[in-house]
Amino acid sequence: MTAIERVATPAAVTAVERQGDARTGRTPVWAIVLRYLLLAVLALLYISPIIFMLVTSFKTRADAAGIPPSWIPNPFTTQAYETILTASGTPVLIWFSNSLIAAVLHSALVVVTASLAAYPLARMRFRGRGLVFGIVIATLLIPPVILIIPNYLIVGNLGWLNSLVAIIIPTAASAFGVFFMRQFFLSLPAELEEAALIDGANRWSIFLRIILPLSKPAMATLALLAFLTNWNDFLWPVYVLFSADVQTLPAGLGTLQSANAVRYDLLMAGAVIASVPVLLLFVFLQRFIIEGVSRQGLKG
Amino acid sequence: MSTQTRVGAFATEAPTAASDGAAARRAGVSPTRQKPFTPWLFLLPYLLLFTVFVIVPSVFGIWISLHEWDYTLPNKPFVGGENYVELFDPNSVNSGSFWTSMRATAIFTVFSVPLLLVLPLFVALLMNKSFPGRNFFRAVYFAPYVLGVAVVGLMWRYLLDNNIGLVNYYLGLFGLPDDTAWTTSVPAAWVALVGVTVWWTLGFNSVIYLAALQDIPAELYEAASVDGANSWQKFRNVTLPGLRPILTFVTINTLIASANMFGQSYIITQGAPGRETRTAIYQIAETGLRNFQMGDAAAMSYVLTFFLMVVSVIVFWLFREKKEKPMPQEPSAVQEGALR
Repeated sequence: MTAIERVATPAAVTAVERQGDARTGRTPVWAIVLRYLLLAVLALLYISPIIFMLVTSFKTRADAAGIPPSWIPNPFTTQAYETILTASGTPVLIWFSNSLIAAVLHSALVVVTASLAAYPLARMRFRGRGLVFGIVIATLLIPPVILIIPNYLIVGNLGWLNSLVAIIIPTAASAFGVFFMRQFFLSLPAELEEAALIDGANRWSIFLRIILPLSKPAMATLALLAFLTNWNDFLWPVYVLFSADVQTLPAGLGTLQSANAVRYDLLMAGAVIASVPVLLLFVFLQRFIIEGVSRQGLKG
Repeated sequence: MSTQTRVGAFATEAPTAASDGAAARRAGVSPTRQKPFTPWLFLLPYLLLFTVFVIVPSVFGIWISLHEWDYTLPNKPFVGGENYVELFDPNSVNSGSFWTSMRATAIFTVFSVPLLLVLPLFVALLMNKSFPGRNFFRAVYFAPYVLGVAVVGLMWRYLLDNNIGLVNYYLGLFGLPDDTAWTTSVPAAWVALVGVTVWWTLGFNSVIYLAALQDIPAELYEAASVDGANSWQKFRNVTLPGLRPILTFVTINTLIASANMFGQSYIITQGAPGRETRTAIYQIAETGLRNFQMGDAAAMSYVLTFFLMVVSVIVFWLFREKKEKPMPQEPSAVQEGALR
């Protein structure tokens, strides 16, 4: 026993030391300084445009077009917000609620359909399982461009053109969602279900009572990603929603831009309104979002 | 690899579960074998959406492209391959503008993809070691991605404004030309569009790289250190092979995203000057959904897809090829790690 310990301990210590070398290392001070310097300069390039957008939204029209550009609104005014919120051709509040309704319903639809579909693909044995999963994954490689024209006609035939349904439903068949949920279900221990199966529970009650409660983090991540994608979707809403009062915010920002050419105070106010919800989500739920995005890589 | 291991692990467990069920039934416990249609009931809602909005349109698109399909006209005569032939006929109405837009997409893709592969890797490497503030920086670089293209586009349209934009103002302060027409002249507009796109999506690729870097086992670096490898050799022989599977995904993903660039051009340059920065997908959407020449637009989308597929196959081939060549020595451990 003692002999083994004597042999084992030094080896373990060197292993730890080496690992330290390889991962954290004894980084020289200049390298640490250089890294922080690079990261800080880059961070500045990322934060300053967003700050400037915010600052400009509180400027007057003249101030927003002033040279040199200033970082402090003078005078500070909420005029731009009042203007775009009351202008009849650009109903920003309606766009906001349209975006919110569409993104929430879309995200719910994605989570429900993807979770339901992923469960048998992960946990049941049936003919055609491999085929279904293979086809779903293969469509990840279909460039979205070939779906635009036919989907426009399909949505037209369903009578959904120029309505929010066109934004909520057609993009909800998320192959990534199925893949993502399936991966998660596969990581759950099979014993949980076996016990329940023996106790006579059927698949539906196992799914609802055992699997779903354990899957809340994965569902939350998928819901967030689907929400963000839908909130920010641009091309499809621009062409499918043509009257001002059914548009979502990104499409509306396009309308706002064509209505107000270089009124940057107004445009920045609109952009800020569109940014606030997603930035808040990001600040508070960053971990889920970044985690979900890094998982996307795993499909490779 | 890890997925396959997991699948494998599951597959070996599954028969046990099934035989357990059988044993339970024999033992008189109430039978719980799933009915044959149960899995399909679970799949039904998804497959319904999937069929109607993914499978049907991918085939229906070909059908549309074989017709003179105007949404606003009652007759949609079958024209066979004429829509495709017209695209290659310099005298036809759509051919010129289509190939201009294809050229725009090609220019954008050629310049944005390499930058979006290399810069995020550099940023991810900077953040690979644990240090105070790492999560903050990662969040800052990722933030623009959640803003979406409309907000990012409007913001940069302002910053890049020829006369009152911040970019020209600061360039002037550094003694550089301060009157570049970033949104209305080429090649400046390409610099602007590529630059904004890199700014917008750098964090996305960085996060994916970072996750992959963290998955490379520390022992591999350890072993390389023992063998006396320097930082560059470690990068070359441990980091890059470890990233290879993810690199294929990131490359294809970035390629498809760049080839489908729309919002930046729509908002920042509106295709200007002339239609030089109007991308293929922009042209397809305008042709099909504004002018309602859907047959032509569908044909264009398949031509674009064809080019995309050729490039994707080349990418797959390139990354596959590299597997054979590198690292004559110490391959097994590194390859194992690379295949995660």
